[in-house]
Amino acid sequence: MKLKLFALLAAFMPIAAFSADKLDSGDTAWMMISTALVLLMTPAGLALFYAGMSRSKNALNTYAMVMGAFVLAFVVWIVAGYSLAFGTAGSAFVQKFIGGFGNILLSETKWTDLSGTYPAYVFVAFQGTFAAITVAIASGSVIGRMKFSTWMVIVALWGLVVYAPITHMVWGGDGALLFDAGALDFAGGTVVHMNGGLAGLVLAILVGKRVGYPKTAMKPFSIILTAAGAALLWFGWYGFNGGSAFGANKIAGLAVLTTTVATAAAGVTWLLLEWAIFKKPTLLGIASGIIAGLVAITPAAGFVSVGGSFIVGIGGTLIAFFGVVTLKKKLGYDDSLDAFGIHFLAGLWGALVTGLLALNDKDLLWDGPLKESGDRIGQFMVQVQSVVVVGLWTLIGTVIVYYIASALTGGARVATEDEEIGLDESVHGERGMNL
Amino acid sequence: MKKIEAIIKPFKLDDVKEALVEAGIEGMTVSEVKGYGRQQGHSELYRGAEYVVEFIPKIKIEIVVSADDYLNKAIEAIKSAAKTGKIGDGKIFVSEIEKTIRIRTDEEDAEAL
Repeated sequence: MKLKLFALLAAFMPIAAFSADKLDSGDTAWMMISTALVLLMTPAGLALFYAGMSRSKNALNTYAMVMGAFVLAFVVWIVAGYSLAFGTAGSAFVQKFIGGFGNILLSETKWTDLSGTYPAYVFVAFQGTFAAITVAIASGSVIGRMKFSTWMVIVALWGLVVYAPITHMVWGGDGALLFDAGALDFAGGTVVHMNGGLAGLVLAILVGKRVGYPKTAMKPFSIILTAAGAALLWFGWYGFNGGSAFGANKIAGLAVLTTTVATAAAGVTWLLLEWAIFKKPTLLGIASGIIAGLVAITPAAGFVSVGGSFIVGIGGTLIAFFGVVTLKKKLGYDDSLDAFGIHFLAGLWGALVTGLLALNDKDLLWDGPLKESGDRIGQFMVQVQSVVVVGLWTLIGTVIVYYIASALTGGARVATEDEEIGLDESVHGERGMNL
Repeated sequence: MKKIEAIIKPFKLDDVKEALVEAGIEGMTVSEVKGYGRQQGHSELYRGAEYVVEFIPKIKIEIVVSADDYLNKAIEAIKSAAKTGKIGDGKIFVSEIEKTIRIRTDEEDAEAL
């Protein structure tokens, strides 16, 4: 039992590589593939998903915001993000929130180090893809009116000020605030989706609504591209959730199935909802349901049963549908591509329902009130705590990052004329398609 | 010489082209246009929000004919092939052409048609 705990902790604290672990080629292969799968999700999956929903004149800019965010976020991750997220801080108080600057440019991590049963370098790369997709998600809310320069500065700062600390608090090992509390987040419901979605909303409100919103028709460039993007996201998500088992093992197998079940259920639910309410089922609806399901199962993938997966997926669609169709109109914010509506709300649902549906199984990969003492309500309260802490940190951090970035780039918003011409031409001088 | 401009429903293009060829018309120019007359726009859905689209895709066919009998045959061919009986079938416009030149041979007017 002690050895199992040992191995569990080793997976969560890669900086202190335990000599007890040996390299397992199966785990290593799986983690490397998972890294590539999650990478695919951003410059291919998310980029197409978002670009397809933007207006034609902004589609290329949308893609550039996502791809640009990805490359920059990864550089920042290697320079300092990894150290802040997974390092161990000097003082116990600091360790609650961040990991310290001891591992800048991976100076403390050798290529021969292991993270559990696979190379630490692979862990760094794998986690880097998470850092990159999280900030890229936020871009979806500000499509069509944000300066590219401001966005890139936001990406660089946000990775350090918001993403790395939140990652540390939830996954950073002993001493980290929410890790110690036993918060359950298998692959990033709070760390990635709630985080990115909320940041998107904050940025959308601060940068202001698009000219003409909500009266002007803003037709999507190509829903077929969006659907292809959603499919690529689903494909890559097997690395996102499956890889978060940190090994080619039974828990990864569980995550692969729960991800499939929840996502399929969510897609069907959105389809049926639209058919019933709007009389016409749409391809955008199926794609949106798929994403809502994937987001919702992310914190739960390694913890719930098949039945639980159905509930997670269906609930994810219900709450995201409400967010996208009703809440947005009621509150009047311009979240261009519904990053808040889908990522935040489905992520919030997933994070909370994980507390209610997590299986009380000692072989599962987590520690918390439920596993320790069968305290389901206590576990749920820890989930609530994690949601509140992450929410507040993201909210405040994103506001700070926005204002710094805005000041450094002379204002976050493009000129009105540029907005009307379209950012493809005014920002990039490029055409997405030359027909 | 007379020019015929016909605005028709896009899916009728093949039928109209066949009818014109049968009537002895040897060439035409076709472009994709948008427009509306009495036909109401249609609505499209985007995440539950309905957008009314006023400009509807149409096809414009342009032909230039030399003699009046070709003119009438062409108009009859277009009318019968393009008609569905429902709103939005389109319109035919006839105008006068001053000069026609075949670029390859320098032929003019009737010889160029």
